[in-house]
Amino acid sequence: MKHTISVLVENHSGVLSRISGLFSRRGFNIESLAVGPTHDPSISRITIVADGDDHTVEQIEKQLNKLIEVIKVKTFGRDEFVARELMIVKVNAPAEKRSEIMTIAEITGAKVMDITLSTMTLELCDRYDRLCRFENVIEPYGILEMARTGTVAVERGSDYFSPKKGS
Amino acid sequence: MKMTVSQAMVECLKAEGIKVVYGYPGAAICPFYDALLSAEKDIRNILVRHEANGGHAASGYARITGKPAVCIATSGPGAVNLITAIATAYADSIPLICITGQVNTDQIGSDVFQEADITGAAEPFVKHSYLLKDPKDVGRAFKEAFYIAGTGRPGPVLIDVPMDVQKMTLDFEYPKKVDIRSYKPTGKGNYLQVKRVTEALRSAEKPLICIGGGVFASNAQNEIVELSETLNIPVITTMMGISVFSDDNPLYVGMIGTHGMKIANYAVNACDTLFLVGARVGDRAVKTPLDLERTTKILHIDIDPAEIGKNIGADYPLVGDAKQVLRQMLDYIKKNPEGCADHSGWLRQIEENKVPTEFAQPVKGTVNPKEFLQKLAERMPANVNICADVGQNQIWSSRYYFKRGGRFLTSGGMGTMGYSVPCAVGAKMADPSRPTIAICGDGGFQMNFMELATAVQYGVDIKVIVMTNTRLGMVRELQTIGYNDRQTGVFLDGSPDFVKLAAAYGIPAIRVNDEKSEKEAIERLAEDKGLLLAEVVVDKDFPTL
Ligand SMILES: Cc1ncc(C[n+]2csc(CCOP(=O)(O)OP(=O)(O)O)c2C)c(N)n1
Repeated sequence: MKHTISVLVENHSGVLSRISGLFSRRGFNIESLAVGPTHDPSISRITIVADGDDHTVEQIEKQLNKLIEVIKVKTFGRDEFVARELMIVKVNAPAEKRSEIMTIAEITGAKVMDITLSTMTLELCDRYDRLCRFENVIEPYGILEMARTGTVAVERGSDYFSPKKGS
Repeated sequence: MKMTVSQAMVECLKAEGIKVVYGYPGAAICPFYDALLSAEKDIRNILVRHEANGGHAASGYARITGKPAVCIATSGPGAVNLITAIATAYADSIPLICITGQVNTDQIGSDVFQEADITGAAEPFVKHSYLLKDPKDVGRAFKEAFYIAGTGRPGPVLIDVPMDVQKMTLDFEYPKKVDIRSYKPTGKGNYLQVKRVTEALRSAEKPLICIGGGVFASNAQNEIVELSETLNIPVITTMMGISVFSDDNPLYVGMIGTHGMKIANYAVNACDTLFLVGARVGDRAVKTPLDLERTTKILHIDIDPAEIGKNIGADYPLVGDAKQVLRQMLDYIKKNPEGCADHSGWLRQIEENKVPTEFAQPVKGTVNPKEFLQKLAERMPANVNICADVGQNQIWSSRYYFKRGGRFLTSGGMGTMGYSVPCAVGAKMADPSRPTIAICGDGGFQMNFMELATAVQYGVDIKVIVMTNTRLGMVRELQTIGYNDRQTGVFLDGSPDFVKLAAAYGIPAIRVNDEKSEKEAIERLAEDKGLLLAEVVVDKDFPTL
């Protein structure tokens, strides 16, 4: 089962390698990992989507907490969070296919970033599963290149995830 | 005060009460060594003969003092040599401060001479690490390093210092306080859970206490003895928990595990409630944790939440420092003295299943190592510290050398051959009042005998017992049992004459191969002042159990 884990860490060099090392060393499977700054410049936020049963996820959480530079870890329960991921995809788009692709873009909410005589580059920011569906429908046109950021997520509702350890 | 980073590093060590460091120098750590020389009145600088042994010696020292101990290596090969000791300490939760030199800051990443990314390479085996690039971080890094290494679940912390940084100057003051927002180890246990665990334990019909190395890490020996005696509950240990209980305590059953005592493993299977204290249920201690989990109520105290539920599911998890939690339990019992079941029937059941030890007659020209160790223990004072290496000799030492107040030190988690002699050097220096014996095989000894020189040089009075079976005995036995006796790569032909080898170091030595020499050796191990080596000749096919 997939789990979305948010991790607040000290914004130090080397933190990311400690975390990714931990995952490979302990045999945890990462689906995606996204890292970026937060409104507090001393803190970075890492969002990890990982695969595993409840026992594995509990271990992931505990092992992450053991890293000194990890301030707080939270695994989101189902429907407890809102999440987005950005995908950029460059697809074969000869003149006769362009309008079909445009229709798909319109339905899915993808935007055209770039266009050439033979290709189109589309961006779509959405949930992981919707990106996958988008990929499926665009695939037959011939994907030339694709990049995804990995999921980022925050808690739904008025509660928020703050750097105070514990809870 | 204005000073160089190297001087500041020395001030940090002094402020932490460090009296001795174990190291091996090289160009990249020379500025720090220079500063150490100026402080030689306060800090003894011990030159070991291999960096890993410096780490093991610091480990022995740390285990006896209960505080972080310091080892030092230069950049590149020196630092990389240290890794075995770091990993060994990590596996057994031993607090070490490992200081390494690094190439100049502007050369990092360019593969210059003797550059190794040691913070990267050691990452899986450290509790934390620092690469000091800014001189003004030195005080904070050291303060944090000592705090992190010695608190919570202890472990090694690495501080890597580029050579140019060591030479920089700063206005230095050692921080008085440490505050790491992301590191707040738990001390006391949750009160309600303490109550539940205590009730579950004392109301059980057949409870059993299992002690791991965490009891030493938390210095909770007295508390656990008091608890088991108060509730009249039998006790088993993992290899790391050996010597918390005196072997002659009637509640002590023995060590569990693959190489454990039959009766201890019997007790684990027969109990209805198992109380794990600072024991992580490693695979060598409990082979089938899932079976145990199904049949037995598991109560588990550990300071590391990640250990609870990792190898065995716990019905009653309790995160906290063993000493504090056990104190809480004892307080609770004092206030609520009712409710302890009668465990005498259960104790009798264990007693009745004990089988007396019988020693086989040794092959001519050899001695029975088990019997030798038992006799030695009877003759030695009670407070001996035993440093056992790895292999058959380790199992014999754990089972047959009776502990009555001294420590049993070994590499339990990593099983690192060569640990014993350097560990003994450190342990003896930490507490010179205790006789200290290293016990190893002829394989392990050839991985660490260079430390005899260290012992001679600094007058460290240890006794060394080398059990020579001319084989890597434990692997030989594995091949005998598991590979149809196809013995390969286990023959120690070409080994030196160990008595003569000792003589080359100026160390008196005795070969033990019959009853007479056995008697003499035991007498001398107990009475001789100064270093002594005893080569105990063991039959090549002598079984571990
Ligand atoms: C550094 C290291 N290398 C290899 C091993 C694997 N190993 C475990 S026991 C053993 C045999 C040890 O032989 P010896 O030191 O002669 O002791 P004995 O078993 O004969 O008492 C070996 C090679 C190890 N534990 N550590």
